Amino acid sequence: MDADGIHRALREKFAGAVDPDWVAGEWPIVTVGSASVAEVCRLLRDEPALGFDCLSNLSGVDRKDDDRIEVWYHLLSYRHRHQVALRTTTPRLDPVLPTVSHLWPIANWLERECWDLLGVRFVDHPDLRRLLMPEDWVGHPLRKDFVEPDEYHGISTRRESLLKL
Amino acid sequence: MSLINTVPETVVTTKVDDLLNWSRKSSVWYMLFGLACCGIEMMQTGGPRSDLDRFGAVPRATPRVSDLIIVSGTLTLKMALRTKLLYEQMPEPRYSISMGSCANCGGLFQLAYSVCDGVDKVIPIDVYVPGCPPRPEALTEGLLKLQAKIQQERWLVRKPDGAAAA
Amino acid sequence: MSHAIDIDLHREGPGGLETEEMTLNMGPQHPSTHGVLRFVVKADGEVMRRAIPDIGYLHRSIEKIAEKVGYHGFMPYTDRVDYVSAMQCNQGWAMACEKLAGIEVPRRGEYCRVIASEFGRIASHLISVGATGMDMGAITPFTHAIREREYINDILEELCGARLTFNYMRIGGCAWDLPPGFAKRAIAYLDRFEPLIDEYDELISFNKIYVERLANVAPITPERAISWNLVGPNLRGSGVRYDVRRDVPYSAYPEFEFDVPVGTGERGTLGDCYDRYMVRMREIRQSCRILRQALEGIPAGPVVAKVPRTFKPAPGAVHVRVEASRGDMGWFAVSDGTAFPVRVHIRTGSYAAMAAIEELSKGLMIADLVAVIASLDIVAPEVDR
Repeated sequence: MDADGIHRALREKFAGAVDPDWVAGEWPIVTVGSASVAEVCRLLRDEPALGFDCLSNLSGVDRKDDDRIEVWYHLLSYRHRHQVALRTTTPRLDPVLPTVSHLWPIANWLERECWDLLGVRFVDHPDLRRLLMPEDWVGHPLRKDFVEPDEYHGISTRRESLLKL
Repeated sequence: MSLINTVPETVVTTKVDDLLNWSRKSSVWYMLFGLACCGIEMMQTGGPRSDLDRFGAVPRATPRVSDLIIVSGTLTLKMALRTKLLYEQMPEPRYSISMGSCANCGGLFQLAYSVCDGVDKVIPIDVYVPGCPPRPEALTEGLLKLQAKIQQERWLVRKPDGAAAA
Repeated sequence: MSHAIDIDLHREGPGGLETEEMTLNMGPQHPSTHGVLRFVVKADGEVMRRAIPDIGYLHRSIEKIAEKVGYHGFMPYTDRVDYVSAMQCNQGWAMACEKLAGIEVPRRGEYCRVIASEFGRIASHLISVGATGMDMGAITPFTHAIREREYINDILEELCGARLTFNYMRIGGCAWDLPPGFAKRAIAYLDRFEPLIDEYDELISFNKIYVERLANVAPITPERAISWNLVGPNLRGSGVRYDVRRDVPYSAYPEFEFDVPVGTGERGTLGDCYDRYMVRMREIRQSCRILRQALEGIPAGPVVAKVPRTFKPAPGAVHVRVEASRGDMGWFAVSDGTAFPVRVHIRTGSYAAMAAIEELSKGLMIADLVAVIASLDIVAPEVDR
């Protein structure tokens, strides 16, 4: 199915949540409202003509200037060999999104990483805890206003330069 | 040329410390502690072309039977605590080589928030091998420098305060 | 016949012996070449209930560093994303930047990239099959693999000066052209290397112990492989014939003829560890085939396009996929018109494979866990970045 068809199928079911404009390209970009991401993804996966059986990537982008966090879902269909990218935004102060880990198992880890590094909370995620950083780490490192701590468990994070200028 | 039946009964005289150190330095067993890219180069150094085994250095899996820990690769803060634990499990006398820029000083990951800038923040280091990653020849030279260091240690005759090393 | 065993916690064994679940720790330092990975294994005797991966011991914040060093400066860091096959990572980042700015790479540059990537693929698969052998207890295949990898290191050192972290590609092409006589030496190496793959097969691929340790262990059906987002040889081992070089062609790959090997369940079940291993062995041969075509047919011309020193692409977001040794590596780059990217996210094949281990390990023996990790070809830097 071509990008136009995918977008039309989404607008039919979710007219309120899906933007009327979409961006063409190798990965057609469809903008979706943050509250209905899980339902849109369920339609994309289960509808036979759409058949997006693989979540290729889930990335969060910290848009500090707009005070939003943007989350991108790159969906791929091995059956029909088409692909689409969903873009959604959520407020930066308390970012919340519905989980899609019940649709694609890989979303479990991708959402945990998004939580760990950006602080986006995924509602109904079975196990939302830190993935890459240590359990007792404070802060979300990929945020633009993240400040590195001076020490961690007694190990200093500063190193004096050997160059005496 | 064979020495059999050509020379009379021979006696070799040396210092006990020299003999001990020579046997110890010729059998430095290192722990497989490959963390990152330098770990691959450490494997290649132990490989057929530049063979570490000819110096007596054999890779061992556990710290309890190794003399040497070659910290090869980037040390993250999460891993640093475990590194200290592993080093403390090694029985003395134990040595450590810091291999590669990341282990020496953080390397190109000094800009990172999760990297410990140098393994000497958690364990004492005997030899630093620079490089990113160091060539097998460089790591071999590091091992030879460590052997030179071992050769100079003193066990039988020590300083008055009990220190063993010269 | 799968090796998975149904276990019941607190079952009563013969003679009234009660068993209990143990929690064991495997890693992060362990005698395996896959890097710093840790598993918390909940086992009932020898049989596992679950093996929970604990990652992050090599998290070097590469993605955040991209926001600090800029587009050109990020190229050396891409080597460290998967240091076992670093050329393909270079290519992924270069392609993402080129897509953001609309730069076209000259044809000779694309050929140089393919040559470098395919040599990197052979080197990476050598480590993978060697490490699989070593994890099964056979040290000799690993030594053979390391020996062959040394020769490839020499060839790539001729090309770019480094043995492991190459930094060979630039935005718009490659840094340096092929040195004189390179094609002749590389083809001489391939002539010497291809018969050695047969020797390798005789040594280990058809060895009874090796086959019995890998066949029927952790079979993955095609549907599960797709939903877990397994890619590359892991996906092809389950029978899904998908290769980014063939299906989403990029660079100079449309000009070459090569097959895409898939697993067929030849020694056990479809999608078991042995299938994934054999797919990698066959891919080495296909890479040799591509290399011969590339080295013989390389066109003349420049190897790099003109790119400004301060690279400021138009605002936008791209997602580019390359077929790395461990599968389809997705490079997501967002730019806002300045010289520093807003976000770089790398989605690698080992990440999904690591996530799948928790499900796969149910009912396997602890020894099989090592076989599964080896056959999925997981390397720590790809998981943690």
